[in-house]
Amino acid sequence: MANHHEKIEKSVVLMSIFTVIAISFGALVEITPLMFQKDTTEPVKNMRALTPLEMEGRDVYIREGCNSCHSQMIRPFRAEVERYGHYSVAGESVWDHPFLWGSKRTGPDLARVGGRYSDDWHYAHLMDPRSVVPQSNMPSFKWLDEAVLTGEDTAKKLETFNILTEGKTHKDENGNYIPLYSAEDIAGAEEAVKGKTEMQALIAYLQQLGTHLK
Amino acid sequence: MIMTEFWHWWIVILTVFSIVACFWIITVNLKNYTHVGEGESMGHEFDGIEELNNPLPKWWTYMFYFILAWSVFYLAAYPGLGNYQGFLGWKSSNQGITTLAESKELSEKAKAEGLLVQLDQEYKAADQTFGPLFNAMADMPILDLAYSEGLCFESKDDSYVQTACLEQDKQPEGVLVVEPYKVGQRLYLQNCALCHGSDARGSTGFPNLTDSDWLYGGTPEKIKETLMHGRVAQGMAAWGPMLGEDGVKEVAQYVLKLAGRKVNDKMAEAGKARFAVCAACHGADGKGGVANGLETGAPNLTDNIWLYGGSTKAVEESIRNGRAGVMPAWKDVLGEDKVHVISAYIYNISHPNK
Repeated sequence: MANHHEKIEKSVVLMSIFTVIAISFGALVEITPLMFQKDTTEPVKNMRALTPLEMEGRDVYIREGCNSCHSQMIRPFRAEVERYGHYSVAGESVWDHPFLWGSKRTGPDLARVGGRYSDDWHYAHLMDPRSVVPQSNMPSFKWLDEAVLTGEDTAKKLETFNILTEGKTHKDENGNYIPLYSAEDIAGAEEAVKGKTEMQALIAYLQQLGTHLK
Repeated sequence: MIMTEFWHWWIVILTVFSIVACFWIITVNLKNYTHVGEGESMGHEFDGIEELNNPLPKWWTYMFYFILAWSVFYLAAYPGLGNYQGFLGWKSSNQGITTLAESKELSEKAKAEGLLVQLDQEYKAADQTFGPLFNAMADMPILDLAYSEGLCFESKDDSYVQTACLEQDKQPEGVLVVEPYKVGQRLYLQNCALCHGSDARGSTGFPNLTDSDWLYGGTPEKIKETLMHGRVAQGMAAWGPMLGEDGVKEVAQYVLKLAGRKVNDKMAEAGKARFAVCAACHGADGKGGVANGLETGAPNLTDNIWLYGGSTKAVEESIRNGRAGVMPAWKDVLGEDKVHVISAYIYNISHPNK
């Protein structure tokens, strides 16, 4: 047998092509099937779309980088389930674009924070975290209470989510997918958030987290 | 995790192929194609450094084979090859759940089939250890639990059995003494202290739990009810638009007078006339919902304990814009047993004298 390997080693093109082929196996096996699997494309039964206000809150959450310190992913360990609630399941993240799972917990996990504390608590905590949790090292987010939403882009955001979640929504009795937002929702989006503060939006977003798995 | 036949075979074929390919690569690369003997010079040299035709290191080669063998064992034992679940029947948790009921059902089913679901196993082990401790506490009335000095348990197999408590120095070795107060305190600090404070004295908007002032009643039953199901205050309406600015000021003066504070008597008198609307929730005497047998969560206005601050400004603010506190429900988060123990802790700290 001749030394074919030498040919590959001495050609940048061949080496690159074979390297890409070799490392693509992992992705082909571990990622590609997930895109077509029922588990990861079917929302949990009681999943509902974010309201326009919650949608704006989600964007505040992303903008302020909450996901850098808070995860939204309860792993299936007893220690985590005891503290945070039922472990996260794929069906809860089907409509997330992007995923806000996070990878680091400087603060606690927020995957099921919805309903755990009152709106008043969240307000006090976001204004001055140490007023309710003395040992907290979370920054305060006072400006959210002064920033008023115009709702200019809210309708566009909802429309975008209709496109992103196509084919992954609930079905009606005829087996057709129901879009996340109806034309009515989109038309009323601006009105629904206009004049509300970013604080209200963020609290609304937090209060629904993890409440869809019932 | 059930996938279609196509994706199942897609995974199986690609995985098996890549393992075989890895085996082929290592085998092929161990052969010497260079026509140069092992350990001899490859015929080039730079600055006195020569390349020798050395084989792959032995330890590295063995490790490669070992990992290949391991991957075969792993894929046979654990879930990995498409829909094949592995001969151990192990999995980390039940996936593909769309409701909590389904989650419970799958977990029961796995138990019945003897499958090794890691999370369920962890719970089973914990239930075995802590179950008897919590059951014993849950069986005691809150009143007894609140002042209990300790429950004693004897270790038996992997579990515990309750035994009679002897005097401290006569306690035989190996007996576990569980102090409900401390268990309750732990649970309180983890779950309740965020709002009510680690000393349970509360703060603006979050009630003090150590005093005798209760919005929904301070009996053991009422405390437990509050914890289990939460409380959503009917919500004090914003009376500003109804009373007008003068009206708000007058009612505030009257409310402060009820609490025994020094006020502008003339304004308070005018406020008294307007107090009728407040009486619906706070009672005609202003002593609040509990004293008047109303489940309104309306605070007692006569005791000089102020949930939202007792300054003239704060009281006016409450009247003008209204207030509504919310206590979340803990039944589904903590379960009844833990709520029971926390209730006893709360009862203890608010009623320090038996």
